[in-house]
Amino acid sequence: MLNITDLHVNVGDSQIINGLNLRIKAGETHAIMGPNGAGKSTLASTLAGRTTFDVTSGSVDFEGQNLLEMEAHERVAAGLFLGFQYPVEIPGVSNLNFMRTAMNSIRKQLGKSELSAGEFLKEVRTVAAKLDMDFDMLKRFVNVGFSGGEKKRNEMVQMAMLNPKLAILDETDSGLDIDALRIVSDGINAQRRDDTAILMITHYQRLLDYVKPDFVHVLSAGQIVKSGGPELARELEEKGYAAVA
Amino acid sequence: MAGTTEAKQQIDEATREYKYGFVTDIESDMAPIGLSEDVIRFISAKKQEPEWLLKWRLKAYRQWLKMDEPNWAKLHYPPVDYDETYFFAAPKSGDKPKSLDEVDPELLETYKKLGIPLEEQKVLAGVEGARKVAVDAVFDSVSVATTFREELKKAGVVFMSISQAVQEYPEMVQKYMASVVPVRDNYFAALNCAVFTDGTFVYIPKGVRCPMELSTYFRINAENTGQFERTLIIADEGSYVSYLEGCTAPMRDENQLHAAVVELVVMDNAEIKYSTVQNWYPGDKDGKGGIYNFVTKRGICKGKNSKISWTQVETGSAVTWKYPSCVLAGENSVGEFYSVAVTNNYQQADTGTKMIHMGKNSRSTIISKGISAGKSQNTYRGLVKVLPSADGVRNFTQCDSLLVSDTSGAHTVPYIEIKNPTAQIEHEATTSKISEDQMFYCRARGLEEEEAVAMIVNGFCKDVMQHLPMEFAVEAQKLLGISLEGSVG
Repeated sequence: MLNITDLHVNVGDSQIINGLNLRIKAGETHAIMGPNGAGKSTLASTLAGRTTFDVTSGSVDFEGQNLLEMEAHERVAAGLFLGFQYPVEIPGVSNLNFMRTAMNSIRKQLGKSELSAGEFLKEVRTVAAKLDMDFDMLKRFVNVGFSGGEKKRNEMVQMAMLNPKLAILDETDSGLDIDALRIVSDGINAQRRDDTAILMITHYQRLLDYVKPDFVHVLSAGQIVKSGGPELARELEEKGYAAVA
Repeated sequence: MAGTTEAKQQIDEATREYKYGFVTDIESDMAPIGLSEDVIRFISAKKQEPEWLLKWRLKAYRQWLKMDEPNWAKLHYPPVDYDETYFFAAPKSGDKPKSLDEVDPELLETYKKLGIPLEEQKVLAGVEGARKVAVDAVFDSVSVATTFREELKKAGVVFMSISQAVQEYPEMVQKYMASVVPVRDNYFAALNCAVFTDGTFVYIPKGVRCPMELSTYFRINAENTGQFERTLIIADEGSYVSYLEGCTAPMRDENQLHAAVVELVVMDNAEIKYSTVQNWYPGDKDGKGGIYNFVTKRGICKGKNSKISWTQVETGSAVTWKYPSCVLAGENSVGEFYSVAVTNNYQQADTGTKMIHMGKNSRSTIISKGISAGKSQNTYRGLVKVLPSADGVRNFTQCDSLLVSDTSGAHTVPYIEIKNPTAQIEHEATTSKISEDQMFYCRARGLEEEEAVAMIVNGFCKDVMQHLPMEFAVEAQKLLGISLEGSVG
């Protein structure tokens, strides 16, 4: 599904991603772990199409398409989703309006007709109920005044609505209490299917207790320095990055 | 936003035609070019006006000759050549049409392109309860079609062109015309008095709640025709009316002059809600062409507990000079001003309000949202004045500016004159830029760049948009998006 080859990314003058290789197949769940400054968030944002980062060399193939040549919104239509570490507030725009606009924008790109208000509401109600999100929250402005946990839950609602092929989750577990973590994990697990893939980016082992990855990678200084199964995450937790990588 | 700059250039390069840029070919019956006493006599004769009105016009003209164009606004434009402007153009027709069937089909076609709901009701899908909108269509200065006359008549509401009101209600017109905006108030108001061609007159009798929203669509059509509308709305004791004004204009190369006057008079316990969506041709992306819009809008809350609420969405015109104001004379009277002003490319807007507190315990609210894109300049200019006689006055002002581009300007010029120590005045102002984080968040959910801008801007304007009647709000939201096309950067 996703094939990253020798990726180099600069932020300003400094090279953050430095020859990264990663292959993700449908049905797989990967976790990338690594210390602060290793390039985790840069990788996530680069894959989602943030233009403040410069890809200096390398290639990224997503479902047979050259991802790096696509604009951010085209990547979403192609089935890529980024769950934000810090979901952004958009004052004056309700969650419902935001999601409906997003879904219709994607449908337009795919040559499909717009969702009617009724169809949309039905779907969003179902999804929100599953993720234990109060419907009133959906009427509020996007992430405005939301707690950390509410913001992350909102990301999960958006993910479920957009139903991506590949979900990249950037530190979705940070700032969550144990109940919120459980709900968010349920959201991620619900998205795991034979035809989808998940790439989790995290600092901690904690999330991986709830969402068991097939592969764990250690990112350090812009490269994947070690890969393994779930046991690698436990090893990291016990011994620290320095000892393992 | 290194990568988006490229996208922006591509967008900029694609020439964007004004969506409503088309010209209807109707033979105009024009006055000679330029302005003179003879032209004013021509206009007055053409409209078969009584002698008093001709005299009034001529007096105003002589006054205007002694006045200077104001230059205090943050606006730069080549001087208007009044000798090269046509001051009167009417669609040529023998008798006035008695129904829509008799209206020039080409005119109806124009309205259709604009999506104006001339026929019967326009009910928007999903809107609760079918609300009726009466349209008094002003086309090239002369009203040619009206609907819903009967229902309004039953309620005793007078809704007609001001020319007709001059014939049918001369006492009322004489009593109130220029009572709120005096002839010598300003250069453009004086000019309007001299040459106004048509406009709207509304009278809501005592205790009547107008059964529908009243709507007038102004449209500038003939080439080189200055448009000088006059609107006079009187809400008698305990009455209520909501009035909608919406504008579009065909594409032009040359600048067109527009100098309207709107006067509102509100008696005890009455209320006028006046909403405007202004979408006149703003000029092309190089700043060529576009409407010059010099408008004087003012209302007086004469009676106690009276209320005036101005809501405006200004997206059009090359130059906007406009300050819908409230004279709060009555005790406990209320003035409101909710404004969204969008400027793109080389547009310039200097707009705001004046709240003149004369009555005890009068209150006012000002919420202004300015959005600047391209190389435009957007200024909020507002006055809050409290006279010594006015005890217990309260005002709240909030001015927010949003910059969409690095090359545009946002300016806030509040004037506060307080002559009574009991007044409570609050002023808040912010200036912000659309953040890269917000843009990326929207993009990462599938929105195209322009959709993302439109969404963020609509959110920014929410506080104002919610004061628009539903039909207008939907239209205005779309308009914000259209106005900002090609503006990202």
